[in-house]
Amino acid sequence: MTQETISTDVVIIGAGPCGLFAVFELGLLDMKCHLIDILDKPGGQCAELYPEKPIYDIPALPVVSGQELTERLMEQAEPFGPQYHYNEMVEELEKLEDGRFRVKTDGGLVFEAKVVVIAAGGGSFQPKKPPIPGIEAYEGKSVFYSVKRMENFRNKNVLISGGGDSALDWTINLQPIVQSMQLIHRRDGFRAAPDSVNKMHALVEEKKMQFHLGQITALHGDNGQLEGVTVKGNDNNEFQVECDTLLPFFGLTMKLGPIANWGLNLHENLVPVDTEKFQTSEPGIFAIGDINTYPGKLKLILSGFHEAALMSQAAVRYAYPDAKVTFQYTTSSTSLQKKLGVA
Amino acid sequence: MRIILLDGKGREHELEAVEGWRVMEIIRDYGFPIVAECGGACACGTCQVEVDPEWAAKLHEPREDELDMLDQNYGGDWSRLSCQLIMTPELDGLRVRLADIAIREAA
Repeated sequence: MTQETISTDVVIIGAGPCGLFAVFELGLLDMKCHLIDILDKPGGQCAELYPEKPIYDIPALPVVSGQELTERLMEQAEPFGPQYHYNEMVEELEKLEDGRFRVKTDGGLVFEAKVVVIAAGGGSFQPKKPPIPGIEAYEGKSVFYSVKRMENFRNKNVLISGGGDSALDWTINLQPIVQSMQLIHRRDGFRAAPDSVNKMHALVEEKKMQFHLGQITALHGDNGQLEGVTVKGNDNNEFQVECDTLLPFFGLTMKLGPIANWGLNLHENLVPVDTEKFQTSEPGIFAIGDINTYPGKLKLILSGFHEAALMSQAAVRYAYPDAKVTFQYTTSSTSLQKKLGVA
Repeated sequence: MRIILLDGKGREHELEAVEGWRVMEIIRDYGFPIVAECGGACACGTCQVEVDPEWAAKLHEPREDELDMLDQNYGGDWSRLSCQLIMTPELDGLRVRLADIAIREAA
């Protein structure tokens, strides 16, 4: 299937708070934005790491949760009609001969944009891999960090490791179709919906699955096909668990990912920028928020907002060198108010 | 006041500690490549340390959210999140080893 190329002013990589606010600032300057995020939702770290934790240092919001901040930024950006592309990781970024940029995602989306804004925070969220020796040999064959198609696990002897919602949900959802289901977790406390925990315990009661306390210390098998694991129990005794499929669910962590391959200057996994334009070593590619670095950089959401505003001024001049850009205030400019849909 | 940090290669470092600071912040302030990606919100688990067993009993019990994060990060018997350990004079001399998961990969 060939994908149609999406043409736009700006591709923003990352739909966290800085990417969302950049839509607003760029929108005031008539720049249309597409946002791409590896997560299935907007908000970046605010949504993935601490949706319910209060944030106290957003100007004029004495306390706000990561979730609410995300919702408000989405609302603020909405008048500018941003297009969101979730579950997509930007893999390739290249400059075209006409000065624009081509952006390709792992899901096959292709964009052509006048400017690119990297607002990728700590990089791309990827599943945490448990530090079990030799696990790489099994990955993709009998060890999987996500469930793309449930059917792939029909009649398998599945062992799920973890104590969060993903571990519990997949235990419950896969149990009816697998040959055998076992769950392993290091303690009898879960970070999951109480209802899911109760359901899991009920399945154990009905002898439809087994639950083990402990941690996997070794994998056994041949040619990437798992046959069993060694578990260190909580009383330090070791025991074996037979299984042909292992699904570890230990949450997500951030990795720089493909950004390292785009030919940009990097410094300790961060993208150096200047503090006038927040431009990278490649003219037309900008970087804002936690992913960038410059003398005095503070990794604060409010710094990212400031960076978004200054970056936008530079980005519009790069994209439309002949356009006359005047600086205006939303309080007094009728033209800005029209764009916001309030005048 | 000081803490003793064992780095990824097992080398010992003596760090000047500040009362009221999180152990994670002290380690980060010295420039060690600690991941600590959530910045101390007990939300990521990437500031994990192994506490010397002799010191473990002197620390407060981990709260539920810290236990959750240790679950997600393959914590062992002596594992704690260094963002949840706040320096007090009683902890002068605390010995911790930086967990592999807490060490930032070289760029």
